[in-house]
Amino acid sequence: MTPEHLLLAVVFSYGTGALAAIVVGGAVGRGLVAGCALLAALSGVMLGVICLGAEHAPTVSAPFLPLTSFSLRIDGLSAFFLILIGIVGAAVSVYGFGYSAAYEGRYSLRLLGAMLNILLLSLSVQVMADNALTFLVAWEAMSLSAYLMVLTEHDRPGTLRAAHWYIAITHASFAALVGMFLLLSAGDLTTSFSAMRSALLTPGVRNAAFVLALLGFGAKAGIVPLHVWLPMAHPVAPSHVSALMSGVVIKMGIYGLVRVTIDLLVGGPSWWGGLVLGIGTVSALLGVLYALMEHDLKRLLAFHSVENIGIIFIGLGAGLLFQSYGLMTLATLSVVGGLYHTLNHACFKGLLFLGAGSVLHATGTRNMEELGGLVKRMPRTAFFFLVGACAISALPPLNGFASEWLVFQALLGGSAIPQAEVALIMPIAVAMLALTSGLAAACFVKAFGITFLAIPRTPVAERAHESPVSMQAGMLTLAVACVALGLAPFVIVPLLESSLAGLNGFTATTVVFTPALPLQVPGTFGQMSAPLLAVGLAVLLTLVPLALRILGADQRLRVGDTWGCGRIGQTPRMQYTATAFAEPLRRIFAELYRPTRDLSIDFHPASKYFVQSIEYRSEIHPWFERVLYGGLVLVIRTTARWVRRLQGGSLHLYLLYMALAFLVLLTVARWWR
Amino acid sequence: MRAYVLQVTQATLALLLAPGLVGLIRWMKARLQNRRGAPMWQPYAELRKLFQKEVIVSSNASWVFRAAPFLVFSSTVAVTLLVPILAVPLPFDRVGDLLVVVYLLLLGTFFLALAGLDVGSPFGGMGASREMTVAALAEPAIALAIFALALSAGSTNLGQIVARTLAHPGTALSPGHLLAFGALFVVTLAETGRLPIDNPATHLELTMIHEAMVLEYSGRYLALIEWAAATKLLIFFSLLGNLFIPWGVAVALTPATVAIAVFSLLAKFIVLAGTVAVLETRIAKLRLFRVPELLSVSFLLGLLAVTSSFLLR
Repeated sequence: MTPEHLLLAVVFSYGTGALAAIVVGGAVGRGLVAGCALLAALSGVMLGVICLGAEHAPTVSAPFLPLTSFSLRIDGLSAFFLILIGIVGAAVSVYGFGYSAAYEGRYSLRLLGAMLNILLLSLSVQVMADNALTFLVAWEAMSLSAYLMVLTEHDRPGTLRAAHWYIAITHASFAALVGMFLLLSAGDLTTSFSAMRSALLTPGVRNAAFVLALLGFGAKAGIVPLHVWLPMAHPVAPSHVSALMSGVVIKMGIYGLVRVTIDLLVGGPSWWGGLVLGIGTVSALLGVLYALMEHDLKRLLAFHSVENIGIIFIGLGAGLLFQSYGLMTLATLSVVGGLYHTLNHACFKGLLFLGAGSVLHATGTRNMEELGGLVKRMPRTAFFFLVGACAISALPPLNGFASEWLVFQALLGGSAIPQAEVALIMPIAVAMLALTSGLAAACFVKAFGITFLAIPRTPVAERAHESPVSMQAGMLTLAVACVALGLAPFVIVPLLESSLAGLNGFTATTVVFTPALPLQVPGTFGQMSAPLLAVGLAVLLTLVPLALRILGADQRLRVGDTWGCGRIGQTPRMQYTATAFAEPLRRIFAELYRPTRDLSIDFHPASKYFVQSIEYRSEIHPWFERVLYGGLVLVIRTTARWVRRLQGGSLHLYLLYMALAFLVLLTVARWWR
Repeated sequence: MRAYVLQVTQATLALLLAPGLVGLIRWMKARLQNRRGAPMWQPYAELRKLFQKEVIVSSNASWVFRAAPFLVFSSTVAVTLLVPILAVPLPFDRVGDLLVVVYLLLLGTFFLALAGLDVGSPFGGMGASREMTVAALAEPAIALAIFALALSAGSTNLGQIVARTLAHPGTALSPGHLLAFGALFVVTLAETGRLPIDNPATHLELTMIHEAMVLEYSGRYLALIEWAAATKLLIFFSLLGNLFIPWGVAVALTPATVAIAVFSLLAKFIVLAGTVAVLETRIAKLRLFRVPELLSVSFLLGLLAVTSSFLLR
């Protein structure tokens, strides 16, 4: 099959899925939606795989599209992101078949199914876009279809507010992107990307374009402080959509940033990289710190998306920094590390959101304090979630470790930067990245331990049941991807390098492989072999119990009660809660969190030494959001109130406005010439 | 072939010596405190006893609780195969570098903390919460110590760090190395649950960290966890001893050099164990919320180490 056939298969399958969703309802409709999306996603993966290996990027003409200025081209970078979209898209569509069954009769499944296909289609088109117009149209289709899916459970509290925040920030980012592309293309949005690459721009224009790209793509990716919409919108969406949004949609910010700064602008001064690196460090740390304080399982995962986007930004920022000093080997390594983490995060975050969705499906709650004991009631979901939790905590030999190791190695290479004051950024980034990954491990001990282990805290958790086969299949796919990506860096890294090889200055010869399969980077770096590590651990895990048996260790096992200091009859209330688990860190970082405390004690009327009830309430509101956005919202409200006066409701008045606007435009157009 | 044999010998030796190291510290501490103390081989007897006892598992516990001891033990043994204890460079040196060592140890901590939560007892949760807090806060200091070592050695691979310092003995006294040693020493105390961060001798106190987490374990499970904890101490001592003062580590694999390596290793262990014993006799445990201050001191030492390495390049 040629890339052209596969591309047609992708477009038509998604299109059919969207149409089928609207036309056919019920279980058949859900099946068609899932089937078409799965077929298209797999075609997308194949398309990506073919184009990743190709020496020359094939240009695909798309004469069937109505607008002739639409232009698609698949190079290595597009191919990589097509694979990413395909893997998560396939898992999500299968999972969605079972998950959306519960929506039958309550919410519009037709809209949800159509939008799921349109979202996946617009994502696929976006990464193949070869001019600004195609890119922007696909971008807007992506944003709007995601918006409509966030609104699925529109009658729940918080959904509308979350959707408003999402659409406001996503449109601000769209505006920034339009501005950026207008700067790059000198006003003509149909200019092809290859023409933009060779355009000679003044440093001022390039810097302005970079800042706009960072704002626009950063808002979509969810970097601090533009991340506010992310922990609101991702949890309220249906869980498979959350997985798609956190796994793939925010990655379009990464794709855009790489495409524009590294490909179209061909790198820039060192402050670009420094800025991206700094933003990445702050996002990673703040993301994980706020995730630690969350008890809502899906909000916790959403904050972790902020953290992981930060880690990816660290890789990209280091890459830009190295590029500005001409250290191309290190730049390749950093960007490869960032992109590898992008793919890994798509897999494990998708998996975790699907796991959280299964919990929500089984219990009806996202609040960890009401859960517990699920490992016995839904063992498969628990196992898949644990795989995701280990992967995101960067535990070897899973995929999160492989990519964080690469990012670490790239940062350690920062000593090659000739300016010591710039090079000193690197150790700080290394330390913050280490702190981030340690805190992430703590957070996922909490997330998995409180949700799945010990005794159920409420009757709903007690009655939980395992999810249907289709949902398990979706999770299994991503869990396998997490393990495979972790074991095979020696395959993934060269593929990533070849996908970058089309970009200016990026080399495909960074990593050397010796027969024992370790990753080795020439120069100042270390070696690591993920497959051997995994084999070693597996061998030890089988040898140790065997050795114990042979050496005659006692094999008896008795089941008893948990020791309760002599008290008989353990209740769930004796367990540690999520709040209590995070309490030491909350105290340590109290300056940052600034929690509000509210303690009220009811004393017995006769004596204050007898307490009748104690009520303790403590909340954390990210203060910088209030500081940053409070003023902004106020300004927008005031302006809106003022603008509203223009709307008198009179038709004559509106006609006058139109005539005036037309006149003004004509004058401006004339004067512009 | 000889290298592979030595590799396995090294791991076996580490496992065999580890309980003795814990016993040595306990014995030294007892002598310093004017007590007679248990003999050095007491931990061996304890392990033997535990392996012969039946396991009692809480009815709340899941497979995570039963798998954790094996995961903890296996990941620790895997680390003993990567760390230069007797000789460099060993064949497995390329399988993992210092970062792999740190994250393999984190793997064990992660599952132990999950096991602490699995039984549903408040002690387990408390221990898990505190252990993960301390582990997370120790990470940046470890990372910076690694950075400082990697800067002067040009690699994060342990074998190459040792080889580089052996080739250029002057670097062992460079400020970067000395400061990184300080940072890693504090981290060692934190990671292995020694005073002033955790008290390995206490039970049933609300201040305990590691012991609270493993409170529900018994029999062979407890034996594996105790053994892994002792091995972790030995690993950190080997890192401190061999990365910063690499003399004695066998470079050529002859019986004579290996014998020297064993003796120099024992000498380093005795000095480090003595330091820890004196320290634990002299200082009291810190309050939990003062621990971050100590760890930030270690972080600063690491940062200074890297900075000085950068400036003195």
